[in-house]
Amino acid sequence: MTAETRSVTVEREFPHPPAKLWRALTQPHLIADWLMKNDFAPAVGHKFNLSGEWGGTLDCEVLEIEPEETLAYTWDHVHDDPQFDLCSTVTFTLTPTPAGTLLRMEQAGFRPDQPRASGGAKYGWQQNFDKLDALLGRI
Amino acid sequence: MDSPPTQDTLFRTLADPTRRALFERLCRDGEQTVGALTARAGVSQPAVSKHLHILRDAGLVLDRQAGRQTHYSARRGALAPLIDWTSRMAGFWESKFDDLGDLLKRMDQ
Repeated sequence: MTAETRSVTVEREFPHPPAKLWRALTQPHLIADWLMKNDFAPAVGHKFNLSGEWGGTLDCEVLEIEPEETLAYTWDHVHDDPQFDLCSTVTFTLTPTPAGTLLRMEQAGFRPDQPRASGGAKYGWQQNFDKLDALLGRI
Repeated sequence: MDSPPTQDTLFRTLADPTRRALFERLCRDGEQTVGALTARAGVSQPAVSKHLHILRDAGLVLDRQAGRQTHYSARRGALAPLIDWTSRMAGFWESKFDDLGDLLKRMDQ
């Protein structure tokens, strides 16, 4: 296994119910408001683009939808410079809390020359990411 | 090693819990001898030495010979290839989450 892998997780609690967060994550005009211009549709297999302010375009495909719980899509950026070339998956997880909703965003990336669906290997690496993230947070 | 370690090497090296614990300890407590590290590692000195050599080959620690003792210290900079991308993307998402929070407030009105 020679995949160069990388992952980032950002969590935040918002004082709003999951249903409202879900709308902000899945309605194109709301996504455009906080993230990027897009032609998103809430259907597994739907391919869409996110257009960044820098003029770049991300190629995306909806992988998973569990209303008000989980949304996952690919987040690929083709670029000549390997530093910016990216095949990744973005997963949003919503968890209700007494004060609102905990939103967790996890982006796990793989280099384009590596097969995305490396099955068990991917999950093995994911555990490494989690440990590494924890380590980076402690040192 | 002539070339800088790849992310793969870094992940692979830190995937082992014993090595991770040794590296963490060097980051936290500074330079230490193999003996001092062994005393708290829960594995034999040869095993600790082997793990330290792997950490050294990955560029994560430096060794320094002083008399009969070998001292090891952490090279935090070795994690830069991982931290760079991670911190960049984390910064991006933190900023987007700020915008999301603003949007949610406006959706109330």
